[in-house]
Amino acid sequence: MEVFSCDVLVVGGGGAGLRAAIAVAETHPRLRVAVISKVYPMRSHTVSAEGGAAAVIKAGDTLDAHAYDTISGGDWLCDQDAVEAFVKEAPEEMLRLEHWGCPWSRDPDGTIAVRPFGGMKVQRTWFAADKTGFHMLHTLFQTSLKYEAVQRYDECFVTRLLVDGGRCQGVVAIELDSGKVLAVTAGAVILCTGGCGRVFPFTTNANIKNGDGMALAYRAGAPLKDMEFVQYHPTGLPFTGILITEAARSEGGWLLNKDGYRYLQDYDLGKPEPKPVLRSMELGPRDRLSQAFVHEQEKRRTLKGPYGDYVHLDIRHLGEKLINKKLPFVRELCLKYENIDPVREMIPVRPVVHYMMGGVSTDIRGATPLPGLYAAGEVACVSINGANRLGSNSLPELLVFGARAGEAAAAFAAGQDAPGPSVLRQVHDEEVRLERDVLGRTGGREKIVTLREEMHQTMEASAGIYRTGPALQRAAAKLRELQERVRDLSLDDRSRTFNTELTAALELSYMLDLAETIVHSALERRESRGSHQRTDYPDRDDGTFLAHSLARRGEDGTPRIEYLPATITRWPPGERVYGR
Amino acid sequence: MGDTVTLSVARYRPEQEAEPVFQDYEVPLRRDWVVLDALNHVKDRLDGSLAFRWSCRMGVCGSCGMMVNGEPRLTCAAFLSDHLPGPIRVEPLRFFPVIRDLVVDITSFLGKLKKVKPWIVRKEEKPISEGEYRQTPDQLDAYKQFSMCINCMLCYSACPIYGLEPSFIGPAAIALAQRYNRDSRDQGSRERLEVLSEHDGIWQCTFVGECSQVCPKNVDPAGAIQQYKLASATRWLSLLLPWGER
Amino acid sequence: MIPAARSTPFHPRWYRRRVSVWWWLEKGSYTLFVLRELTSVFVALFAALTLWQVRALAAGPEAYGDLVARLRSPGFLALNVVGLVSLLFHSVTWFNLAPKAIVLRIRGRRVPDWAVAGANYAAWVLLSAGVAAILLRA
Repeated sequence: MEVFSCDVLVVGGGGAGLRAAIAVAETHPRLRVAVISKVYPMRSHTVSAEGGAAAVIKAGDTLDAHAYDTISGGDWLCDQDAVEAFVKEAPEEMLRLEHWGCPWSRDPDGTIAVRPFGGMKVQRTWFAADKTGFHMLHTLFQTSLKYEAVQRYDECFVTRLLVDGGRCQGVVAIELDSGKVLAVTAGAVILCTGGCGRVFPFTTNANIKNGDGMALAYRAGAPLKDMEFVQYHPTGLPFTGILITEAARSEGGWLLNKDGYRYLQDYDLGKPEPKPVLRSMELGPRDRLSQAFVHEQEKRRTLKGPYGDYVHLDIRHLGEKLINKKLPFVRELCLKYENIDPVREMIPVRPVVHYMMGGVSTDIRGATPLPGLYAAGEVACVSINGANRLGSNSLPELLVFGARAGEAAAAFAAGQDAPGPSVLRQVHDEEVRLERDVLGRTGGREKIVTLREEMHQTMEASAGIYRTGPALQRAAAKLRELQERVRDLSLDDRSRTFNTELTAALELSYMLDLAETIVHSALERRESRGSHQRTDYPDRDDGTFLAHSLARRGEDGTPRIEYLPATITRWPPGERVYGR
Repeated sequence: MGDTVTLSVARYRPEQEAEPVFQDYEVPLRRDWVVLDALNHVKDRLDGSLAFRWSCRMGVCGSCGMMVNGEPRLTCAAFLSDHLPGPIRVEPLRFFPVIRDLVVDITSFLGKLKKVKPWIVRKEEKPISEGEYRQTPDQLDAYKQFSMCINCMLCYSACPIYGLEPSFIGPAAIALAQRYNRDSRDQGSRERLEVLSEHDGIWQCTFVGECSQVCPKNVDPAGAIQQYKLASATRWLSLLLPWGER
Repeated sequence: MIPAARSTPFHPRWYRRRVSVWWWLEKGSYTLFVLRELTSVFVALFAALTLWQVRALAAGPEAYGDLVARLRSPGFLALNVVGLVSLLFHSVTWFNLAPKAIVLRIRGRRVPDWAVAGANYAAWVLLSAGVAAILLRA
């Protein structure tokens, strides 16, 4: 087996990972930085983000306003010091990206254009047509090619974090095209592997979003914060889960139930106006819109389809010209993947899992409680998103915390010694384990697809938009059973070369760990806040629960939940109000 | 429409086979299923050993390019119902070395991409505190089309020149070079000219035009290449004129 | 990666299919492309023929008369017919592809493809009309 080394190792090559790598190369040019990813960087899920990225640059907007929108949108669970740092650094980071070539859409005078977005009181969302994430990722990837110091390990699947002497010192991975086990030791490791939406059946997330980094950190002893907060995006296509961007609503789209009625007006989200009104009706926050869908479902006012219930998103009244100019990708998606032309027909949509507010617990520099381990992006929970993330905050988050984690990890790594013999012994042990239990396994009775589907059913039924104690208890028990059965998987693929069945099995095992943390965290939080709604505890309880849940792996493998109070600086908890 | 359709998939396991063999699978024929859905059905329920790449399922990550009935396609955008009657032939992208089954090696492209310097080159950087570089919507339009490339490699599979001369820098790399050349903020055309006018650069292209035909994002790499040929050929003229320079 | 090496568990052998010498027959668009490229042979031939005519003219009316008689033979007639078709194909494909290479912007809007191609066709017609006028007046 081969052992490589570097100073800072970034796991994951998406927006946060590439920004972190560039930050290391720029702030500490003599350090060796490497990016290891199970896919080529331009395939990372950042590429699918459509709507936009928020930052304060226009006159009439203030940092405090952005901070307040974020904190109230997060139902006051955000760490306000982190939010203040975030809103302050976001404009600078986005301008830096513009200097690197990002093709932001412009106003006629050549300055950066902004558009309205759900939950934001002032227009501050920058956008690159409706492919913002695509352009940001490709700009970052192409710019990263400029730095000779950045070394890449493409298509290498990380299986374990190396922890020795109380600090994280690298990873062990499988090189996919050869099946070889390799290790990369490092002074510091930054996890940028994204979220775990694939734990749920209906999700906008790509196949690769299995929460690898979250599970790796969890298994290495780092706590996962706020895992119960799962964001549903109210408008996804029913079969594929493909996201229909919020921008379709911010440009003026309407959500209609089976009677053609704009049902959101029944749920304290304002009055229906012909033009979109910020923070009202269809531009309300995502969790409230998804909850409204569930209520409509209970009232039997949703439509029935072959893949589940749905409602309609109507943008016909915007006209072909505006749709082609501002929402070309929406039209393309509907035509190409569901054979529907939104200029002439209504789009079938339903809430789909979109984002994990929770993740590896970090401070505002991106450091986890495990020395040498850092995290940034969706994999991390700082927390700036609290109980519910506002649309167009996650893209700037990649840049701000990617840069912060990069700098912090580099400073830490600069003072570290080379890995000792005990680390190399761990590497050897992991190789033996992989050869014996994974690569060399035979027999087994369970199929990956069966266990995955059972996990999906459990999570959708018990850890969806509305939760109750008994359902969560049942889910916890079921997941324990699946954890037992996953040890008895049978694999058809016996090849060492590019074995994707093997990676699917490893990913399933990561997802089961994360599913357990989600369910247990949800069970312990006996209140309703943001995207976590308990029908048995329908009110928000700031007395007990103005705190983050921390899930740590127990001796028997099940999560143990503790609490960490949220940091409140200038904005005491208030009522989340929309449409008034 | 019947209930099922046959997929004829190229299999290659280096430990077992000297060259690819075809294996047939019967998959459900659903109106909204694409070839990728059928491949996932095979992998989940019929034969777990089938290896292929995919990620976003919505034509933006560029992972799932394969040959479908001899044409390079994104399998997430190729409806089964458009390829009836079966059997539907699914093969790895043509002209690339095959690692395994439907997985090909694209490292040569990454090398070519880096060679064309796909980043903003400037003599002097403007400080962040001075804000953005002004760029009007018209200036954005000048390069926008070329910036839509998702690196799916379908254009390379369609290009017979690349098939005959694998060292040809290729459509996507040139289109991306042009994306930066035409960006009003960039000042690096001279640096890129050296790479692009090499033997394996733009002059290998004989304007077959197939690359633009198969591009799923309408990047029009053929157009990018011909425009660049014209620009670089007339460049010598601008060097003679005192007011001409790019 | 070394394609010819034997495969071991850690040394996969990557497969490269050889491109057949008949690659251009596999697809209609490829065949058309190769035919288009071959028309350049006829362009060269026509140029040579024109030079031959000029030389014959310079050599006097007898030499020219000889040449004209030669050109009436069935072989040369056939060559000229094929040549004319090739040249037409050559010109049409060239004009249709011109908009790809020539991108003009007037007041911020891109000049449409049919206008660029159309301008080329128009110039062709005008020049041909001019040449015809000169030739047919005599």
